[in-house]
Amino acid sequence: MAAVGIVVVSHSRPLAEAAVELARQMLPNSTVAIEVAAGTDDGGLGTDAVAVSTAITAADTGDGVVVLMDLGSAVMSAETALELLDDDVRARVVLSAAPLVEGLVGAAVVAAGGADRDRVAAEALRGLAPKQAHLG
Amino acid sequence: MAALDTDALGTWVREYARAVTEHREELTELDSAIGDADHGTNMHRGMTAAVAALDATPPADAAALLKTVAMTMISKVGGTSGPLYGTFFLRMSGALDDGSPAAFAAAFRAGVDGVVARGKAELEDKTMVDALLPAADALTAAVEAGQELDAALRAAADAAATGRDSVTPLVARKGRASYLGERSAGHVDPGAASAVLLVEAAATTLPGS
Repeated sequence: MAAVGIVVVSHSRPLAEAAVELARQMLPNSTVAIEVAAGTDDGGLGTDAVAVSTAITAADTGDGVVVLMDLGSAVMSAETALELLDDDVRARVVLSAAPLVEGLVGAAVVAAGGADRDRVAAEALRGLAPKQAHLG
Repeated sequence: MAALDTDALGTWVREYARAVTEHREELTELDSAIGDADHGTNMHRGMTAAVAALDATPPADAAALLKTVAMTMISKVGGTSGPLYGTFFLRMSGALDDGSPAAFAAAFRAGVDGVVARGKAELEDKTMVDALLPAADALTAAVEAGQELDAALRAAADAAATGRDSVTPLVARKGRASYLGERSAGHVDPGAASAVLLVEAAATTLPGS
């Protein structure tokens, strides 16, 4: 069983923590690693590529990491974070274009079930499908 | 080592920090018109932290100096300019060969190429690239033509300012400003404005040869 880690990158720490809380509600008793890199160190809105690389390292157990992000600098900070990682860790990381909240919930559920990295990343990308199907 | 040693590059970085601090409100005002109103604040926070980091741990050489600036910008700026300017200084640091004007021009070019790769912006998208690419072209051409570095950097700074002004009438195609569509036309791009300050700081501080 794989133990894929998840990293949430957001401009806002409250936004990231609330998204994780929402996802954790689906995962009773799960130990899936969900790390947050969000906000500036003075509590403001912003992203920090060094913090993202630290979060990726913390979430990585060797089975891969899926990174979800909000917009703008979160995307570029996540890309920059990859440059700061060792080659072997970087090779295990996927940056996901999934919507943050929906992608996180989907990814966390399958990661908690022991899915491998590519399956977790694919589930994140499917994040909008239930809502699209419902709304038609 | 020629004239472009650790001290010279440190003077450039400090002058840039001073310039973004002086123009902080103006940069934020430009950004409030077509973005999220934080560019001046972010650049001031990042460059002030970079100077503090250099003061706390004096870098061993020019490459280490540029790397310290890069890592501080990546970590402290918060907005998109953090990864963009951080990548600029990181690639410059990796490409800096020796202290010659040609090496500086090549390293500057590597930094600009890094910004283009990171931001995926092209000319006339109305970003900092519209100031930095013409600056890199002018710098390379002037150094290859045998001009002294200070004259070459003057040409580069003028090209950056011309590039910044040339995209003011355009509609932004990248970044937060692109959300505004037509409303972004007629405004100076804040990223291009801070990029001009970077090249201007080099032109006023770096030595002739």
